[in-house]
Amino acid sequence: MSDLTRLDGAALAGLLRSGEVSSVEATQAHLDRIAAVDGELHAFLHVNAGALDEARRIDERRAAGEPLHELAGAPVAIKDVLCTIGMPSTSGSRILEGWVPPYDATPVARLKAAGLVALGKTNMDEFAMGSSTEHSAYGPTRNPWALDRIPGGSGGGSAAAVAAFEAPFALGSDTGGSIRQPAAVTGSVGVKPTYGGVSRYGAISLASSLDQVGPVSRTVLDSALVHDVIGGHDPHDSTSLDRDWPSFAAAAREGAATGSLAGLRVGVIRELDAEGIAPDVAARFHETVRVIESAGGEVVEVSMPSVEHAVAAYYLILPAEASSNLARFDSVRFGMRVERPGQTVEDVMAATREAGFGPEVKRRIILGTYALSAGYYDAYYGSAQQVRTLVQRDFDAAFAQADVLVSPSAPTTAFRFGEKIDDPLAMYANDVTTIPANLAGIPGMSIPMGLGDDGLPVGLQLLAPLFEDARLYRAGATIEALLAEQWGGILAHQAPTLTEVAR
Amino acid sequence: MSDITREQVEHLGRLARIALTDEEVASLATELSAIVDAIATISEVVGPDVPATSHPVPLANVTRPDVEGETLTLEQALSGAPDHDGERFRVSAILGEEQ
Amino acid sequence: MKDRLMDFDEALERYEPVLGFEVHVELGTRTKMFSAAPNPAHPDHHDAPPNTLVDPLSLGLPGSLPVVNETAIRYSISLGLALGCEIAESSRFARKNYYYPDTPKNYQISQYDEPIAFEGSVEVQLADGTLLDIPIERAHMEEDAGKLTHVGGSTGRIQGASSSLVDYNRAGVPLVEIVTKPIIGAEHAAPEIARAYVAAVRDIVLSLGISEARMERGNLRCDANVSLRPRGQERLGTRTETKNVNSMRSVERAVRYEIQRQAAILADGGTITQETRHWHEDTGTTSPGRPKSDADDYRYFPEPDLLPVQPTRELVEELRAALPEQPGVRKRRLQGEWGFTDLELQDVVNAGLLATIEATVDAGASPASARKWWTGEIARVANERGVDAASLVSPAHVAELQLLVDGGTLTDRLARQALEGVVAGEGSPSEVVEARGLQVVTDESALVAAVDEALAAQPDVLARIRDGKVQAAGAVIGAVMKAMRGQADAARVREIVLERAAQP
Ligand SMILES: [Mg+2]
Ligand SMILES: [Zn+2]
Repeated sequence: MSDLTRLDGAALAGLLRSGEVSSVEATQAHLDRIAAVDGELHAFLHVNAGALDEARRIDERRAAGEPLHELAGAPVAIKDVLCTIGMPSTSGSRILEGWVPPYDATPVARLKAAGLVALGKTNMDEFAMGSSTEHSAYGPTRNPWALDRIPGGSGGGSAAAVAAFEAPFALGSDTGGSIRQPAAVTGSVGVKPTYGGVSRYGAISLASSLDQVGPVSRTVLDSALVHDVIGGHDPHDSTSLDRDWPSFAAAAREGAATGSLAGLRVGVIRELDAEGIAPDVAARFHETVRVIESAGGEVVEVSMPSVEHAVAAYYLILPAEASSNLARFDSVRFGMRVERPGQTVEDVMAATREAGFGPEVKRRIILGTYALSAGYYDAYYGSAQQVRTLVQRDFDAAFAQADVLVSPSAPTTAFRFGEKIDDPLAMYANDVTTIPANLAGIPGMSIPMGLGDDGLPVGLQLLAPLFEDARLYRAGATIEALLAEQWGGILAHQAPTLTEVAR
Repeated sequence: MSDITREQVEHLGRLARIALTDEEVASLATELSAIVDAIATISEVVGPDVPATSHPVPLANVTRPDVEGETLTLEQALSGAPDHDGERFRVSAILGEEQ
Repeated sequence: MKDRLMDFDEALERYEPVLGFEVHVELGTRTKMFSAAPNPAHPDHHDAPPNTLVDPLSLGLPGSLPVVNETAIRYSISLGLALGCEIAESSRFARKNYYYPDTPKNYQISQYDEPIAFEGSVEVQLADGTLLDIPIERAHMEEDAGKLTHVGGSTGRIQGASSSLVDYNRAGVPLVEIVTKPIIGAEHAAPEIARAYVAAVRDIVLSLGISEARMERGNLRCDANVSLRPRGQERLGTRTETKNVNSMRSVERAVRYEIQRQAAILADGGTITQETRHWHEDTGTTSPGRPKSDADDYRYFPEPDLLPVQPTRELVEELRAALPEQPGVRKRRLQGEWGFTDLELQDVVNAGLLATIEATVDAGASPASARKWWTGEIARVANERGVDAASLVSPAHVAELQLLVDGGTLTDRLARQALEGVVAGEGSPSEVVEARGLQVVTDESALVAAVDEALAAQPDVLARIRDGKVQAAGAVIGAVMKAMRGQADAARVREIVLERAAQP
């Protein structure tokens, strides 16, 4: 039954429902896979020792004839940014090493309530600051497609885990592309929901007005299934949206079934189809646009002049909010403490934060402190909030012409470790394609659209207006199906088989 | 335009409660100057007429009823503490006074 | 080291005092400002053990988020209206960033450029009857911090402590901070105005029923800003901010002290450092705290985890309609109902006892007796202890005491002993009377026996009474009362003495 890991989540859940496969078998298969390949991959920071017990309980409840959620018993990987009772939650930082929260993040609690089994916590750039997992305090995650390449970031662990068949489902968080860019460079699917569509309660904050939790998987339907579970209003999060959402899984199934995009107006963002996008990525993008056209999609070009300033605005808003959100790591109530016998608590706090935070985190905290400090607020944080308005206006105009917008998810395929680590600005520029959606709060999705010249995955980004997440799942599933037809299956199955170490 | 001095970085380090090393102060001064140069441009692209957006989805008056919810047990509360006396969190001597 | 002080009157001749106050009021909601953890400022949760009224937000745990308490908003608007303020159409929260171990997130959620209420005024009346409007700049919502206990330091103070312990029960308690504009023209009345202002705010808060407003519990805390400027100078002098002065009495003393201290420095040609100072109840002095520095860059920015508060005009009008009557009107009404003279009423108001006496009357005491207790015996004990009268005993207990007197169970003297017991925490007046066996002896036979004994002991007196020298009975009555440890009704004893003396 070891090929249980090759099944997509929906299919596995079907076998669990029919009783052909037990949750213990499904969970064991994935734990075995993790044991076999994660030594090399390092997608997980922690593997849940209680996973099999949780699986057994689900099997017992099913045996007892209890009506269970359609995903009950299926395994899921959880990004370490999310608080989990009984499992360390470090957000990839040394300063939280070993910290076990006394409460579950809302998305985690909802997965538990639906009977999904947590396999463990996935690796990430420290406090989600990065695009490569090279900023994880616990060492980087490798890209299953090429071990010398980054898996994207900050959610490289979750993306690599699904791409390497260590889990069918995973949770990520997306502040400037941390779900979509890793999905793109690992040939998987990732969705950043509308801001407020999924509760942030229990997600360790990076930038409160940008953060959004979302699903990661190998298929559009699998992401939709998870989104249906974790989404919806949460009274613990003031910014959580109180509205009735349609079933995203239903939308994905519809989209896959029709195979047609007739009547769908698809806008190509001119500023994200320009120099700065690698030639092979651009080529795959244009081929995909033609596929969309041939499926009846009505392709129009839209312009977003503000995109030029989006990265700058983002790198002022994020550090400013982060510098304040990360102030609580002070060695008093939780986390690391560097003892300084005979010294004051001020010294202990400063020494702890010096030792506990990595270089990128310090860089952004200092930058954010600068942007908020007396005399600079208006010029920096203030202006950035105004640029945010411009970005929203550009999207309003674009969505007047198109139902969904498309662009490459990332300018390049996965780059090599160390390639950008010493050049923050180059690393930041890499996020130009994904950042605008976070500034505007709109939903975004990345699905595979083929391989670059280096044989590595390339991602297509789809964007929809606020609240129209279902539109992404419908269109995304259609395009996914059309491409899978060409490829004879989803892209994930073209990934090189990793050498399994004997256990 | 924006040259960030070591003194500025040291001040920011104090505000952010991070005991930066001299090396860090030096490298941060250079990096920040470059980063700020790259992002400072935005102060020119917007006029005063453009309103600021602090939340991507505009909402207001999100409140909760004044009803007691779950609390942590004392054990849970102290579970992550580097140091405590069984009922309170312990910190070393405090120099400054409260705000 | 000891501050040099200038004589108060001389200080006032040479310098003009300018005052300003920041009063923090803890709201008595059931839950905290931004989370559903129980609020220690609510009567149900007084004296909870440390760190037992906490949830993830109270500890600033990673991932925790704030959600605004609806009732705290209503209370804040009502308070704003009662302070004569405008209520903002749109108000928002901001983060005040600073590191301190009692501040779990290392930022305080407060309000900065968009407070819920602004531009009001509070009327205070001075002993000589003059009415004065204290201008209010703003009233904003924020959250309280936790409590620190300093260990190892001799005094339990921060200085010299080897370590500190933190209890986060109070972290997140809803606060309204009321900030006055500079108060000019206070002159000699400055200390009295300080006290009268805090008393007025306390009366407003109590009449709204939004807080217990017990200063000794920290429900109501006052920071007093004092500056002096030479006569005829336009520019305001450098001010000091004396923190957390915890009784109305102390506010008055602290302001007087700062005026005398600053005057002495200025007269020497010295300069005042802008700093926070600490009031020391025991010595009646202030000591320097934190000087203002570049560390005071709070990097305020709009709280991204919260949304604007935009009270509908309907809500504001609903709350305005529900306001208790204006303090001035209320004072005049109560004076009429109670039949107090102007002077009697002023004593009560300046002692901040109006609401307390009203509560005592509501509990069944006559206005006159309520006033007698609060401005008499209780005020005396409070003065001895340097605390506010209202902090010693509850209005209900005072009313109960008076009823016991009216019912003949206690004489005034016994009632004072009972009060002593209540203040000592021995329970309600009846419980104390029971425990201490204070009730008046009404057992006739016991009284008769005592009288006979006393008469037998003083045959000469008996003889004189029989000769019709009735006033001689006093000596016997005294002896009897002594024997009864005062627990007898003297009038009745007198009757019995005369009866028994009359018998052959
Ligand atoms: Mg203040
Ligand atoms: Zn305050």
